[in-house]
Amino acid sequence: MLVQNLAILVLAGFVGYAVISKVPNTLHTPLMSGTNAIHGIVVLGGIIVLGLGADGWLNKLLLVIAIAFGTINVVGGFLVTDRMLGMFKGRRGERT
Amino acid sequence: MIVAASFLHDSDFIGLLYIVAFSLFIYGLSGLTGPNTAVRGNKIAAVGMVVAVVATLLLPGMGEWGLIALGAVIGTAVGVPAARNVKMTAMPQMVALFNGVGGGAVALIAWVEFRQTDGFDGEALYVALFSLFAAIVGSISFWGSNVAFGKLQEILPGRPITIGRAQQVVNLALLAAAVACAVAIATGSDAQLLMIGLLVFAALLGLFVVLPIGGADMPVVISLLNAFTGLSAAATGMALNNTSLIVAGMIVGASGTILTRLMAEAMNRSIPAIVAGGFGGTITAGGVGDDGTEKTVRSTSAADAAIQMAYANQVVVVPGYGMAVAQAQHAVREMAKLLEGKGVEVKYAIHPVAGRMPGHMNVLLAEADVPYDQLKEMDDINGEFARTAVSLVIGANDVTNPDAREKPDSPIYGMPILNVDQSQSVIVLKRSMNSGFAGIDNPLFYNPKTSMLFGDAKASVQAVTEELKAL
Repeated sequence: MLVQNLAILVLAGFVGYAVISKVPNTLHTPLMSGTNAIHGIVVLGGIIVLGLGADGWLNKLLLVIAIAFGTINVVGGFLVTDRMLGMFKGRRGERT
Repeated sequence: MIVAASFLHDSDFIGLLYIVAFSLFIYGLSGLTGPNTAVRGNKIAAVGMVVAVVATLLLPGMGEWGLIALGAVIGTAVGVPAARNVKMTAMPQMVALFNGVGGGAVALIAWVEFRQTDGFDGEALYVALFSLFAAIVGSISFWGSNVAFGKLQEILPGRPITIGRAQQVVNLALLAAAVACAVAIATGSDAQLLMIGLLVFAALLGLFVVLPIGGADMPVVISLLNAFTGLSAAATGMALNNTSLIVAGMIVGASGTILTRLMAEAMNRSIPAIVAGGFGGTITAGGVGDDGTEKTVRSTSAADAAIQMAYANQVVVVPGYGMAVAQAQHAVREMAKLLEGKGVEVKYAIHPVAGRMPGHMNVLLAEADVPYDQLKEMDDINGEFARTAVSLVIGANDVTNPDAREKPDSPIYGMPILNVDQSQSVIVLKRSMNSGFAGIDNPLFYNPKTSMLFGDAKASVQAVTEELKAL
């Protein structure tokens, strides 16, 4: 498992590098907040550790906080990116 | 029915859903490379996230639905209004905050993993190592991002806060202490205090690394913290054996790294030098020239500035953080429309590190409906200043400082700048003669071609607009 996952890790790094290298300066802020939303995927980690069995109130409390944090990251990140990009798009529509 | 239900919970099926999810992330992100496809790209990535969450909820043995829902509801209740209501000018601190909570989630998950397994007892060594890495980096990212938020929100002073040379020694000691805790845990200790110590040392490191960083270096720091959170998420994925976490985290790590490097290059500074902190600081704003003579600035009025621009062939607007602080972007757009009505060509010169995060100025100007094709990147506009009648500098300082080109002993020497001093005349909108965040004097202000329009950027632009209407 370790080696397969390491292979995925390394390949994902190169894919990320290749995809992001093409983003123009103008879109750097939406790119940042978009990728920011994507790393909110850690919420899955919280769900897995909590949902597959956490013992004790403290562990559960910490995980609920982790899930809340992750959700803020995901939901807030995608919404804010959408708002920003909407402005870029709206202006284009105006010109066509 | 039973067959269908068991198939849903099959681990291969869930694995397939994860592949769908990360494919959507990659496809969505590749959409962000152009303004036409970006909105759709972001939505596609969001769909990928939904797929990943659903797949996770299908994992066999999943339970604690109430608590999971509780976390999700709290997160949504906080995140949605924050994202809906934030002003575009406050975007850097919002991104810092969202980044921070992501890092915080990573650190908390690693902590619980430690507690659940009695110090990774019976787990493979790599699980312990990736979890401990995630704990350190997540904690740094959480606290560092919160300091960045505090500085950008002006809860904390934007100037570098540092204890001087000893700072770097202290930081190294903190890093060593956190790593020592990690080594002790990985080699078999299950003491709760070690894990708490690791998180606290990393937290202090996050605080001490970001506190000394000045506002002008914020674009680099935010990009770096974004990369950190991504990498820590990927490490969590390695520990939990979850491919969607690995891929998503790593892609963010890569993109954050690219942005960090681009930002550092745009300032001609190395990333370690920025992280080590303290920019300028020793150089004070001077009223005295190198030859000891008093340097003078010429101040102008809104009426004069309006006339100067109304009869120009081309006006290049150079926005900086001052425009964001004054929220002057709409006023600028209105003024530009009037100028265009008078046959003046208006362009915007955007330095890569203008503002407090990568692309900050572009977002603000887009909000104000400035056409995309008027936004010029540094390399495209620099050749045009020589044939530009008026450069209008709005709250930008260091990115226009000719010392970066001409004075080898300047702290910003070598940083690529916008060559506004090559235009026929320059109008600088500035609150006062205090020097910028970096505390570096700007000879542009004393150039005979330059006139200064003092005051709040928004009020000044509005005053110029009124004068233009009256012309």
